[in-house]
Amino acid sequence: MDGRRRGRAGAALSTSRQEVRAAARQRRARRGTAISVLSSVVVLGGLAALVLTSPGWDDVRQTFFSWSDFKDSFPDVLKGFWLDVKLFVIVEVVVLILGLFIALVRTTRSPALFPFRLIAAVYSDIFRGIPTILMVYLVGFGVLALNLNGVPTDPLVLGGAALAVAYSAYVAEVFRSGIDSVHPTQMAGALALGLTRVQALRHVVVPQAVRRVVPPLLNDFIALQKDVALVSILGPAEAFRVAQIEASSNFVYTPLVAAAVLYLCVTIPMARYVDHIQNRKRRERGGEVAL
Amino acid sequence: MSEVVLEVRGVTKSYGDRPVLRGIDLAVREHGAIALIGASGSGKSTLLRCVDLLEDIDDGDVLLDGAVITDPSVDPIEVRRRLGMVFQAFNLFPHLTVLENLVLGPVRAHGVSREEAADRARELLTRFGLGGREDDYPDRLSGGQQQRVAIARALATRPRALLLDEITSALDPELVGEILQLVADLKGEGLTMLVATHEMGFAREVADEVCFLHDGAIVERGEPEHMFGAPEHPETQRFLRRLLDAGRL
Repeated sequence: MDGRRRGRAGAALSTSRQEVRAAARQRRARRGTAISVLSSVVVLGGLAALVLTSPGWDDVRQTFFSWSDFKDSFPDVLKGFWLDVKLFVIVEVVVLILGLFIALVRTTRSPALFPFRLIAAVYSDIFRGIPTILMVYLVGFGVLALNLNGVPTDPLVLGGAALAVAYSAYVAEVFRSGIDSVHPTQMAGALALGLTRVQALRHVVVPQAVRRVVPPLLNDFIALQKDVALVSILGPAEAFRVAQIEASSNFVYTPLVAAAVLYLCVTIPMARYVDHIQNRKRRERGGEVAL
Repeated sequence: MSEVVLEVRGVTKSYGDRPVLRGIDLAVREHGAIALIGASGSGKSTLLRCVDLLEDIDDGDVLLDGAVITDPSVDPIEVRRRLGMVFQAFNLFPHLTVLENLVLGPVRAHGVSREEAADRARELLTRFGLGGREDDYPDRLSGGQQQRVAIARALATRPRALLLDEITSALDPELVGEILQLVADLKGEGLTMLVATHEMGFAREVADEVCFLHDGAIVERGEPEHMFGAPEHPETQRFLRRLLDAGRL
């Protein structure tokens, strides 16, 4: 009898403690939200105030953020931007193929292929080390000046080639790190089935490597999608070039802002997508059974 | 007496100046099974990897059906196609489904048609209690199921002999039994096996001969009853006593 009463008392006590804890949790959550709102208002408001009260803000607004200039220049800049889109899509495909090829050459073992391994290693080292803007100059003007038969002279092609060379050197390293990250037991498992080394790479190692490097690859592509603006040096009327011409003929910078907005329209969704797949990967890894 | 399928003659191997195998001799007869026991680092796994030509040996010979396979002129790929190997960590391909894991070897290494390979794979999976899991990815399976898939994968190419490398070491204790039973059944069907194991039950149930490796050499060998009942070499006695103390015998 005694014990039962104590039991009931204990149950009642634990219910009230549960309520107290829930209330405390709620208070903490509310306080957290309030603090983050307040802090955002202070920091972002402060920054905005700093810009808006600066002595030159009126001039800056007129030259950079004029709505009428924006509307006037936008159609031309957009037309130029389609050239950028076409260019980076083609260069991305070339970069994927070339980068994977270089990475595979670097993982070969055969002594006969040593010169190719050497070329691939030197290629990655040199073209990763030269600033992309210099690559565009060197290929765009240097190759043109060679006057070689059969080599295209279209500045768009040459600019695209320069970007493809620079970025395939990066992407080759991304693929190589992906291939290296596949555990050697996978290769052993494939060889034990009687597969050749090439078959093991093709069916076992590379498919896993490619899956793993999708986020860093897409990050490189975000960089590439901005760097297509460098081709403007060679003359093609892509978005930055068009904006630059309009800007200098009217002494306003709003067309450049219009170009910036267009670049953001492709890079931000890409960045969000990279975040999304990385989060998904993290979740999957969290629930992974030991393999 | 039945013919010898796998023979190891005086095999030595070192990593740098550290010897890991010091003159190993053994012969696995058709339908027979040899269990290699010994402490970690005694050379059991290295020996199996050398037999499957995943590692080079320094000296000696390995013979498969009477022909030397460790000669540099022999194509290791052709040899591996005739052997099956199962690994401690399963080494399943995580990007392929269970069925694709089983079909890859026969189709790519043996030129079997995809339909024929898939039929054989389904038959093996059903036999191993994995019917209905063909389209799952390996990480959806338990450790014991994954190891059964790995054994099925090694059998899919109809190997002349099966090499089992510590196949129960990565499993939870309650899953070891099902794998042991499966291997015992395969032995009963006449499969030829060379088995490295920590599981003494395995050695006792399955093996015709047990070899105790110590420091890269076989210091004692014999039938399971002798090895577990009346071992003669002091190292064997010490090893078995340690297992007994740890409650693993």
